[in-house]
Amino acid sequence: MPAKSDLKDLIRRVRRGDHAAAARALSLVVDEDESAASLARDFFKSAGSAQKVGVCGPPGAGKSTLTGRLIGLYRARKIPVGVLAVDPSSSLSGGAFLGDRLRIMAHATDPGVFIRSLASRGMVGGLTHAIFGAVHVLEALGCAKIIVETVGTGQDEVEIASVADTVLYVTTPALGDEIQAMKAGAMEIGDVFVVNKADLAGRDKAVADLRGALGLGRAAGQAPRAWEPPVVAVSALSGEGVEALGRELDAHWAHLERSGERRERLKRQHRAELEFWIQRRVLKTALGRVDEKALKDLLSGKTDPASLGAKLLRKH
Amino acid sequence: MEPKPRRILVAKPGLDGHDRGAKVIVRALRDAGFEVIYTGIRQTPEMIAAAALQEGVDAVGLSLLSGAHMTLFPEIVKLLRKRGLKNLLVFGGGIIPDEDARALRKAGVDRVFGPGTPLQEIVAYLNEKLAVAR
Ligand SMILES: Nc1nc2c(ncn2[C@@H]2O[C@H](COP(=O)(O)OP(=O)(O)OP(=O)(O)O)[C@@H](O)[C@H]2O)c(=O)[nH]1
Ligand SMILES: [Mg+2]
Repeated sequence: MPAKSDLKDLIRRVRRGDHAAAARALSLVVDEDESAASLARDFFKSAGSAQKVGVCGPPGAGKSTLTGRLIGLYRARKIPVGVLAVDPSSSLSGGAFLGDRLRIMAHATDPGVFIRSLASRGMVGGLTHAIFGAVHVLEALGCAKIIVETVGTGQDEVEIASVADTVLYVTTPALGDEIQAMKAGAMEIGDVFVVNKADLAGRDKAVADLRGALGLGRAAGQAPRAWEPPVVAVSALSGEGVEALGRELDAHWAHLERSGERRERLKRQHRAELEFWIQRRVLKTALGRVDEKALKDLLSGKTDPASLGAKLLRKH
Repeated sequence: MEPKPRRILVAKPGLDGHDRGAKVIVRALRDAGFEVIYTGIRQTPEMIAAAALQEGVDAVGLSLLSGAHMTLFPEIVKLLRKRGLKNLLVFGGGIIPDEDARALRKAGVDRVFGPGTPLQEIVAYLNEKLAVAR
């Protein structure tokens, strides 16, 4: 753990836009170093300062390639961009292949772009509990757009919808059957839908299917919504449709602001972050107290799980 | 607390376009419990140094078959040091004569592995090197 004065300096440097400092702060936060709490206290002051765009969808849909395109779009407007790309950890080895950066290397040396790959580290689904803290570091760094990439379909432990302001759901023409069978969860979390690989055959049918599926959801008795999720055909490979996608992302951000929904979403994000914090703490403390002695006491009938559990939770 | 996985950047500088070898290493390291970030082929030293910095890695592995290791490897080490990554472990792989290996070591490349090196050897090397400091 770094000394207190070093932490202050680290925070100051992050806030000045220093990438080396941000990289170090991210490691401390993600690794749950003892200093993480003091860092988080400061960085949280910046919470809500950026538009967080969650890019999710099935493996290989082109999320990273598209992320690269979005970076290019924002950089043409001189907007500082942060990217957090999450891949699953192997449950066997605990290791991970973090392969998203591979598709974004074109922006590697741009001082206005900061990219960090993260492993899910034991969490079910696409995201890591550390994602919230990592987002705040990038907000403090001054990123006005933060792209969070994850394989996610709406049934995960940490949901992209509880992290992002704007959820961009990426699918492709080749995944036509997947669209048909798309879970209600996925249909509901998307704010903007992309049919990527529009350079391939079947693009118009995929767009129509998706629009149909989204419309059907409404016809089934839901009230009309203030925001109708658009479907945009894009080729992340050629860049076709990326401008139009950028306009939809901006429109959604403006909609959130105008409707007051932005605050509601931020509230939802904070709730998720708080709940995860508590969950982690309980996991690390009370669960760690389940030892041989506890089990012996249960076996001998000296106590019962509910009484013992309550006692372990109280213990400091 | 349980130990956090170590992070390794595997990068391919230079112009050769074959990365089968690099990918084999990437997989072996993942299976050995490392978090591995792969940059892909044909990366400039600047790109590799920037990626290593942002990713907060514990080591950088450079894979090169084209024979330009004597210029590219030291240049990457220099850029990493310039960015403040003073103690970051740098290792390499490729067809590298002993004489070059000695010179590279002086230039800050801790170790180079030849083409036939068993993957277990690289894993053991990293486990040992990264076990202590952080
Ligand atoms: N034809 C075509 N191929 C694309 C397009 N976008 C991405 N690809 C290719 O699709 C493959 C997967 O792309 P990625 O960007 O890595 O996809 P991803 O969704 O990030 O993949 P994961 O992170 O592994 O889930 C690569 O081979 C890309 O080159 C596109 O618009 N058209
Ligand atoms: Mg990806």
